[in-house]
Order: sequence, then C-alpha cells, then structure tokens
Amino acid sequence: MRIRLRFTKLGKVRWTSHRDAARLWERALRRAQVPLAYTEGFSPRPKVSFGLALPTGAESDAEYLDVNVRPERDVDLSTLPDRLTAGLPSGMACTAAVGLDPPVSSLQQVVTSCSWVLGARVPAAEAERRVSELLAADSVPFSRVRKGKETTDDLRPAVRELAVVGNHYTEGFVALRAELATQPRAVKPIELLAALWPSSGDDVAGWPLRRTHQWIGPSDAGVEPITLDAPEESYAPARAS
Amino acid sequence: MTTVWPQLESQLARVQKPARYIGCEDGAIEPVHRPGSTSWLLVYPDTYEVGLPNQGLQILYEILNERPDAVAERSYAPWTDLEAIMRSEGLPLFSVESHRPAAEFDVIAFNLSAELVYTNVLNCLDLGGIPIHSAGRDDRHPVVVAGGHAAHNPEPLADFIDAFAIGDGEEAVTDLHEVVADWVRSGRSASRHSMLRELCTVPGIYVPSMYEPRYESGRFVGLTPKHAGVPERVERRVVADLAEWPYPRNQLVPLTEVVHDRLNIEVFRGCTRGCRFCQAGMITRPVRERPADQVRTMIDDGLRRTGYDEVALTSLSTADFSGIEDAVRQTVEGSAGCGQVSVSLPSLRVDAFTVGIAAQVQRARRTGLTFAPEAGTWRMRRIINKLIGEEDLYGAVESAFSQGWRRVKLYFLTGLPSETDEDTLGVAELARNCVEIGRRHTHKASVTASVGGFVPKPHTPFQWFGQNTVDELNRKIGLLKDTTRRMHGVQLKWHDARASAAEGLASRGDRRMGAVVEEVWRQGGTFQEWSEHFRLDRWTTAMARHGLSLDTEVYRHRAQSEALAWDHIDAGLHKDFLWDDWQDALAEVGLPDCRWTPCYDCGACTGVGIEHRVGSPVPPAGGSQGTGQDLSIGGEVPVTLTGARS
Repeated sequence: MRIRLRFTKLGKVRWTSHRDAARLWERALRRAQVPLAYTEGFSPRPKVSFGLALPTGAESDAEYLDVNVRPERDVDLSTLPDRLTAGLPSGMACTAAVGLDPPVSSLQQVVTSCSWVLGARVPAAEAERRVSELLAADSVPFSRVRKGKETTDDLRPAVRELAVVGNHYTEGFVALRAELATQPRAVKPIELLAALWPSSGDDVAGWPLRRTHQWIGPSDAGVEPITLDAPEESYAPARAS
Repeated sequence: MTTVWPQLESQLARVQKPARYIGCEDGAIEPVHRPGSTSWLLVYPDTYEVGLPNQGLQILYEILNERPDAVAERSYAPWTDLEAIMRSEGLPLFSVESHRPAAEFDVIAFNLSAELVYTNVLNCLDLGGIPIHSAGRDDRHPVVVAGGHAAHNPEPLADFIDAFAIGDGEEAVTDLHEVVADWVRSGRSASRHSMLRELCTVPGIYVPSMYEPRYESGRFVGLTPKHAGVPERVERRVVADLAEWPYPRNQLVPLTEVVHDRLNIEVFRGCTRGCRFCQAGMITRPVRERPADQVRTMIDDGLRRTGYDEVALTSLSTADFSGIEDAVRQTVEGSAGCGQVSVSLPSLRVDAFTVGIAAQVQRARRTGLTFAPEAGTWRMRRIINKLIGEEDLYGAVESAFSQGWRRVKLYFLTGLPSETDEDTLGVAELARNCVEIGRRHTHKASVTASVGGFVPKPHTPFQWFGQNTVDELNRKIGLLKDTTRRMHGVQLKWHDARASAAEGLASRGDRRMGAVVEEVWRQGGTFQEWSEHFRLDRWTTAMARHGLSLDTEVYRHRAQSEALAWDHIDAGLHKDFLWDDWQDALAEVGLPDCRWTPCYDCGACTGVGIEHRVGSPVPPAGGSQGTGQDLSIGGEVPVTLTGARS
C-alpha cells in the first residue's frame, strides 16, 4: 500500500536541503514504526518518494511525500500524522495522511503548478509597477543553465498569477503572491524575482520564499495532492526562532 | 537573552550548507541561562560535519546540562565562506542552540582530537572577540579550557589555553566546573589568577601559565612550577568503570548529513594490543569494557529514540569486545522494532573470526571491507607490535572474498622506525597477494592500499623517533607508485607527506611552537586538515622566523636523557616502560596483549589502582588470531570481570 503525507517546513529547519529532509523523514518513519517496504537488491532502501524539491531556505505549508508500506501490516492513518510529527524537528509537522489505493501517479507527474508567497526588498510602489509590467508583457526572456548549457527561455507562460498582496512580508520586504507552473518546465521563484528585479543581482537569493500550495490542474479548481480541511490563508509566515 | 540569529539568518542564503549553523538537532537542549548558573560553550574546532558526532563533546554536553548550576551549548568552526561574512558584518562566533555570542559564556572549552586544528582554535577565539593569548584575558573574559587526546602534549597551545583537562573528561569536567562556578557566583571577586591557581589543585588539570619553561642552547630542558602548590607533574584522569557513565544518553541527531551519521555506542575504552605507533592505545589504558547488557540497552533505546538504521560499536578494536557476537546478533535481529538495522565495526581486527562477524552485520551490502595491517613485512609488524601474521591477513582476505566481498581496503603506515625499502615494498607485495586470493573468487576482486606517513606521537614508545622527512616519505610513496602501477587490481592511495610534517611539529612541539601556530593562523592558515587549505610553506616560514626548523623539531631522533615537552604530563605510562618498549622495537621483539598474559608494569593500572575490566577471562573467540600471541602463558592471569562487579 502507498501512503501520501503532507507536511510543513517552517522556521530554522527551512535551511535544511531537500536531501536532508529526505533523511529526516526516513528516521521519523522508523521512529513512528511505520512498516516501510524496502527495495530489493544489494542495498535495500525504503520505498519513499518525495515531490518537487523545495529550494533550501524556503518555507512551505504544502510539502508531500509518498511512502510504500508492507501490505500485511495495518497502519492507523488517523494517528499517523501526530506520531510522525513527534519524530520530526521543530518546524516540520505532518499535517495529513491518506492511503492511495489503487496507487496513483507520482507527485512530480501530477502537480502542475505551485503557489508561493515571496518577499521582495523593494518599495511597494516599485513592486506594483514591475508586477504590472511583467503581466502586460507577451514574453519575458530569461537565461538559465540546462544540462550544462546556458539557454534562454520564456518565463511569462509559466506565471499563472502574480500580485502584490501586502507591504510587509517581514521587516523590509513587500509580499507578492505568485502561481508558477511546474510543467512542461518549472520556473523557480528565484528566477521570477531575478526577472522582476535584475538590478538586485545576488541579493534576491536571500529574499524569503514560502510555498503555500501545490496544485493538480487549475488552481481555481482547488485540487491539491491532499487538500486540508481548513486551509489557512495567510501570507505572513510564522517565524519560529 | 542575546542572540545573533536575526543577523545570521539574513546571511545564510549566501553560504554553503546553511544547516550547519541552525542547531535544532534531536537531543539538543533548549538552554536557559539563569543568574548564578555557569555557562559553557563546547567548541569543536573543525566543521560541523566533522565535529557534531564527536562523542567526547556530547558526553560533556550531557553531564554539564544535567547540573542545575550549569548550561552548556555547542559551537563549531564556521566554514571560510561564513567566516568572511562574519568578519565583514561584525558577527561573532555563536552557539548553535541559542546563537549566543561566544564572549558571553563563562567557559569556552575546546575539543582537541587532532593537532592540525590548532590554528582553528585561535581563529574561533578571535572570531568570538576573545583575546587569543591567556595573558591577554582578564576577569571579563571567558575561561578558555581544552581537552582531548591531543591535549596530552599541551605545550603548542600553552600560550592560548588557560587550563587543560588531561585524560577522561567525565569526572574532570565536574571538578573543573565547580572551581569556575564558585568564581562566577562570587561575582569574580577573586582575581582570575587566583582562580587559575586553584584550578592547579584539581587532579588532571594543567594550567600552563603557572609554569616557566627553561631552555639551554636552543633546546627545551624542562618546566618549573612558578608557585607553591603547583604540581610538578599532572596526572591524567581515568574513569574506572564505564558502566557508571552510559553517555551520551541522548546522542545528537543532526538535521544535515555528518560523518559517522549513525548511532554510536562505545563498547570499551582503552586498548592493550600494544601497537607502538598508536597514541590512543597507550594513553587510554587500561581496558574498560561496558557490560554487555548495558550495551544492549543503549542500542535498543538509542535506535528507538533516533530512528537510525545503523549502529557503530566503537572502541579501538571492537572485535576484542567480550560480548561482540551477541551484541551484533541481537542488533541485526532487531529487538527495537525499527526495521532493518546494520551494524558497523569501525576498527576490524585482521582475522577470519572478524570477517565472520562482518558477514553477520553486512548481510546485504558487501561492497568493501577494511583492514589495517599497518606494515608490509612481518619484521616491520614486530617492530610496531602489530602482530598480524601473513596467514592471518590472507585468511581474512580469503574469507572476505569467498563470502561475497569484492573490494578490500588495507591501511598502511610508511616511514616507520628502521623501515627499509624491502619493508616499504612489502606493502605492494601484500596487496598483490590479496588480489590473487580474491581472483579465485571473483574476477572483480580489487584491493586498495592506503598509505599514510607515520607521525611519532607523545606518550608512545616511538616518541623518541625522528620522523621521516617529506622527501623521504615521498620517495617511499614513489617506490610504491612505481611498483603497483602495473599490478592489476591494486590501487594505491597515499596521504600528503607535507601534512604529516606539519602534524609532526604540532604533535611533539614544545611551548615555542605556539608562536608558529599563531603566525600560521595570522597568515590565513585555518582548516589545515583540509587539503585545499593546507600549505606547508606557511609552517616552515613561521618556524624559521622563530628560530625553529623541521630538522630539529620533527626529523631529529631524541635521546633518552633529553627532556620531552610533555614530560610533565603523566599519561599513566612509566617513561622507562616506553623506553624499554622502544628498545624492544628496535630489536624486533613483539609484546603480547597484557589482558591475557602477565603484566609488563606499563604503569597504566597501578598508577590509578584499577585493572583491566573485561567481560571474559579468556581471549575473545578466534583466540590468538591476528595477535601472534602464545596463549599458553595466559591462562593464569586474574582479570576483573565486568559481570562480577561488587
């Protein structure tokens, strides 16, 4: 059987990498005594697959992983999130667990876009102006390295939503909301920020990011890999310290 | 409470591996700095990945934090990218728990596991805004202490450290804490000097500023205590019974990958195999085993709490642990209910019995197995007292390849006392024979011979030996390179001979080496254990400027009558025992393990009134394999059994 889990990554723990998070999860699953299914062969690994990587330093309300468990053992899904959270570091919490029966496509295949709240170290009026300019443009060329080669792509089609939603993300940052497509080719939030404010250079690498949703299909349909009962709508991230 | 977290966090996107600096490990405490409590900052002066797993630091962390009047946090050397930002932004060295500035702690304690970290010690103090010289500190500054194996020759850091703790730290840390805590609680009413004077009376504590070094015609000739009540020699501390110290109870589980990222359980401390090059084996005597049932409990509790799927049973020679077979079997069979668990044995003995245990623990992943024969010929192995017969090694290798391993790694030292080119080339010969054995079982058989330059260490029989020069080590490595080039299946790896030279001068240097360490640090020489940051010319230039040279300090053979820079540190071993053992080495005479043979009076047991504490009155299963011992003389020796404690 496969189980899909949803979790948060907030506060100091956001500085762990995607790979670190995978290791943390393996330990948390063993601590909660989840009967993991292992791969065959020389070096058996638990069958765990993570969704889209979250950039190191970004926070998230909506991370996912799929876990294969041995079919002969029952797993109590109602208590599972709390048992897992007990074995995760502060700032990471399992918020939901569902059984996937029959198995469905992988997270990477089904997720089509993500919503983000982004901080920009610019004056509010400047933020409004640049956002309007970008939305009005037919294409926004940007360069990135793909397979070792620098290529130029168009960022504009991937920007499904972009708006200034507040003048205070955290001290000194304007808050933007963005929905960025992950297919056919994902655009990263930092690429959007760099395209909006090329003159900020490397500084954008330190601007705060928070993934709020991962969507399956159009976001107005509201379908997520696991939809929470009471999704909180807020752009001001809680800052654990 | 003061914290630099907001300033630090705003910079973390600019550095590699920011998770190094956030703390949040499972097992970490949430520090509460109360008025009247004494605060410790435990610093491992290398990267987080190298320092976090250090068991010594974690043990002290727990012991201190269990005290109501102490709070301990941790810090690690920031990598060069963060250091540059810290210096430009004016950010001080900080603890990883509460990100409190180092200078706000009452005590800064360094773990000295190796010598090449010395320049990092100075860098950490400087980043903390603390004067690097003890003489430059006053009542406002933290007390700077240090311990660990390298502290057994404290002199190269004598100018910078207020007090060293020599030997096991479990009890010494409490005694040290009480003196400093009294001083802190009194509002530091007494002078720093008088507090340090009092520290001199604590067993195992060495306060270098209370001693005056003497030199005659450019040679160190001894240290004189400056005041009454300052002991001439400082005796190392020894914990008699490991069972009383089941630490760490809450091993730290980091959020990011570190070395030895697994549950580590120390199964015994000390080793009496008697390898003459091995400082750890000499200074940690006698052997003190942890009772098997405590090992089992620590494994079960540890796995359940941490979620690790790997346990390392640590010691200097884990196959010698009396309870090894049961411990391995029970762990692999998994009583903790946490899924598949593998066991790693970081120090394998070279024999077929050991391979049998390895086969139990590595049922699935049989990729590589590592042995340390240390020298290429039987003559040489008698000299270093690593009494492994060729038949033991070939038996082990045969056993490994026949049970599915395809790669064997062999560790060797070169530049050993009286080593001839024939001895050096014996390394290649052994490796080739091992490949041939492997070929009988798999055409993929490969053997890696890893060769390091030998660095003589204080408190060992080889402390009088003049280290091989960089050129000589390179010549020997070159011989091996030429010989193994056409050996199919043999790969040669070697350690940078220049790094061995620097390690040599830091290992046996006297107090004058402090100025050299300082200058190398001032020239930017931090992270000297990292090849990308190491440059020998910084060390030789600094030595020349202070009238020292590799020839006199590192390459020269010491005489019996000569004063050694660490003579005032009593590591338990009689100097005449070490000298006799050195003479035995030169005469190519081996010395069996004293756990199961009569005592040689090395001094380690008698000095502290304790004996080897082992779980079995007879040598471990596998008998003399790998030791070359004649066991017929061993049956009568009384041993203290861990199970039979009163």
